[in-house]
Amino acid sequence: MPFACIHVPNFILQAALRIEPGLRTRPAGILDGIPPFVTVIAKNKKAGSLGLQIGMTKSQAEQIQGLQLRRRSIEHEAAAHAALVDLALSFSPRIEETAADTIILDLEGLAQLFGGFEKLAQRLGWRAKKFGLSAQVAVGSNPEAAQLAARGFAGVTVLAPDEETECLGSLPITALNLSLEIRETLERWGVRTCQALAALPVAQLSERLGQEGVRLQELARGASGRALIPTIAAMEFEEAMELDTAVSELEPLSFLLGRLLDQLCERLSARALATNEIRLKMELERGEEEIFGIAEKHQNLVYGQSTLADSSSRRETVAPRDDTGWNRGDTDKQNGARPPGRVDLRPDSTKSDAAPLIYEHALRLPLAMRDSKALLRLWRLHLESHPPASPIVKITMAAEPAKIRFAQSGLFVPLSPDPEKLEITMARTGHFVGAANIGSPELLDTHRPLSFRVARFNPLEASSSANDSAEPSVSSEFSLGVSSKISSVGSGPLLSATALRVFRPAIPARVEARDNAPARVYFGGVWGDVMAASGPWRSSGDWWTEDPWNQDEWDLEIEFPVPAAKETNAFSHTAKGTPKTESARAHGVYRIVRESAGGNWFVRGVYD
Amino acid sequence: MKTSALRAQLEKSLGSIIPAPFSPRRPAPAEMVASGIPEIDHLTGGLPRGYLTEISGPIGSGRTSLLISLLSALTKREESCALVDGRDSFDPCGAEEAGVALGRLLLVRCNNIEQALRAADLLLHGGGFGLVALDLSDLPIASVRRVPLNVWFRFRRMVENTPTVFMLLEQESCAKTCASLVLRLEMKMARWRSILKSSDGNSQPTLLSGLQFNAEVMRCRFECGKSDDGRAGGSASGDSSEGTRCSFESKPAWIELTKKRRKNSEA
Repeated sequence: MPFACIHVPNFILQAALRIEPGLRTRPAGILDGIPPFVTVIAKNKKAGSLGLQIGMTKSQAEQIQGLQLRRRSIEHEAAAHAALVDLALSFSPRIEETAADTIILDLEGLAQLFGGFEKLAQRLGWRAKKFGLSAQVAVGSNPEAAQLAARGFAGVTVLAPDEETECLGSLPITALNLSLEIRETLERWGVRTCQALAALPVAQLSERLGQEGVRLQELARGASGRALIPTIAAMEFEEAMELDTAVSELEPLSFLLGRLLDQLCERLSARALATNEIRLKMELERGEEEIFGIAEKHQNLVYGQSTLADSSSRRETVAPRDDTGWNRGDTDKQNGARPPGRVDLRPDSTKSDAAPLIYEHALRLPLAMRDSKALLRLWRLHLESHPPASPIVKITMAAEPAKIRFAQSGLFVPLSPDPEKLEITMARTGHFVGAANIGSPELLDTHRPLSFRVARFNPLEASSSANDSAEPSVSSEFSLGVSSKISSVGSGPLLSATALRVFRPAIPARVEARDNAPARVYFGGVWGDVMAASGPWRSSGDWWTEDPWNQDEWDLEIEFPVPAAKETNAFSHTAKGTPKTESARAHGVYRIVRESAGGNWFVRGVYD
Repeated sequence: MKTSALRAQLEKSLGSIIPAPFSPRRPAPAEMVASGIPEIDHLTGGLPRGYLTEISGPIGSGRTSLLISLLSALTKREESCALVDGRDSFDPCGAEEAGVALGRLLLVRCNNIEQALRAADLLLHGGGFGLVALDLSDLPIASVRRVPLNVWFRFRRMVENTPTVFMLLEQESCAKTCASLVLRLEMKMARWRSILKSSDGNSQPTLLSGLQFNAEVMRCRFECGKSDDGRAGGSASGDSSEGTRCSFESKPAWIELTKKRRKNSEA
């Protein structure tokens, strides 16, 4: 049974380089430790050529000209390991997370699929590069042999089943991960390579080193027969980036976001997934005003639908999303938390005073996508309209995995915008008209006139719901034998329906009544004669709420003298737009409303 | 060899392959879409896809009724439509009663003409809509007049060779030659239904039963009135700007709904 092993040498440094690829071409080192005992724990070759050594203190390392030093980040390493797991899972469903920098794959049945183990190993290496990791790959007949070869040999190594002992023989015994005691013993014997260890007689080795010696010899021969311990990888896609210098401008921030999105999309792609929700969390630099508790100016700070809050209370301030996919800050009331979108800078005994401020937002998409460029555009548009208040020191981005959308176009598919393009178009339009002013109108379940809300426009959902609702009617047509002509008339659109143009807000009017019906109407600075009237159509509702309505509606045909009507927009249109007829009077049919509460009259709209 | 002789020779040699190699290429016939109002479809052959259609007229002249009919027809065919509402005057309740599938309608509520033009630009650029309607009817005429002509040229170019009907609604025609079809509407009369009689025996108008509108074709770059359904009526032709008129009537949606309910209850 063949196995492959992916090993990432110098993992700590590579995890940092994956997030900051610009460091690859420059001398770089990684620092770790608790101040003042911060030392160099990893370096690249260029840094080594400048004289940087592992174990140097920070002050020593800083004296080297042109050296880039970064702090060790556990989050970067976790993300790099998760990427490694995703990479392995894109090839084989059975993998073992041997170490943070090492993954072993079961290759049973994959040789034919990839055209041989060598090609498979090459593709593993190439794919690892796409993930930003330079990996060593080896294929062997057992997990230990593959692991030993991957750790010992650079590039791609394929161990032939009969030549494993010979191939592994050149490796030093230190590759076997020996204990110090056994290592010293072997060195005293003059055993320095795996080949020398493999050549020792088993019985005598067992007498002197015990079962550990036998195990090490099996490893050196490439004959270890342990079983793979498969792992079930979590479906978590998160990338983080800590910044040495805080970012305060959109351009560099979008550059960093783009990098994180690229990594996330690459990982999703490896797992044949997409995302329909991306969460962004940014730690903001705490300015002087926050440090000293001058929080007045931030007390009501709300970034549109995002919230700025203390990191320790993140769960409280993550606002649930509404149907449009944007966070709303008004739902914390339900949880009994603090008022929405407010900065909590009050001193808290359980929190440290230097706790960072958090900017959070979740971008919910109507369809699953993994186009990093499109996602970056959406984030840019959001951040342009809702910028963070302080410079950013840390970025965390997580993607909610979702199945890929499969769409097959056809000749007879109705015209519909491309969902990804549409999302960007809507975001760009919402940027200047307001997110609440773009979408699909949705009627509310109320009798209140002209009540509707703007919901998220999603033609895919509309078509699926239309299809769902259409299915029963089709079947009933067939079962009842109704002719297609009748059904088309019955379900067809109501053609030439008179439409109402609504005045928002309604125009106040004065009305002179005669015989309980309006006879003259004044609005827009001019009196008009009522030629015909229909009404009153009385309606009321919501009397059990704080906002009841009770009104009489009238449909009035009103004739206005043209020259005087110039004052309001609605009416001036009537006057200016009407061609001059013989009578030189403009007339139209208006809907006029009288509120029962105050007896005030308003022009609600005009039939057009 | 003279140019004319050379041309004749080329035309002769290429005659079997290309009938008229030097004559300007005729534009492809426009695909027309039924507006949902038979009289308008009969008059214009429908509304062309890939061109700018201008509907002008004063307030109460039936522009919105025509728009709603078109939206109803297109959304019924599961096409996505976009409406850029220049002054937030759209009535979704009435539109749904008229048969518009609101789930397929993208509504952009604007506050001024700059927003409306920018939104229309983005929607046309995004593409994929069966109809993009730019409603500037309630905006001051002066501000609409101030829109530079190159904006309309840009819109015309953007919508060209796309399956989108770009409809512009306003009080006065302003897109000039950029519009391929210009319709001028005006209200003819309102119909009232008398169902009650007063004490002196005179009937009183109590219900609005419909509005009658006049439509006039001010400009049409297509041969009009070729088909009833409006789908095959558009073939390119010269600029035939002679006025062609028709009348159509719209009825309040509740009349049809009441009739339908009555039929259902009888059934």
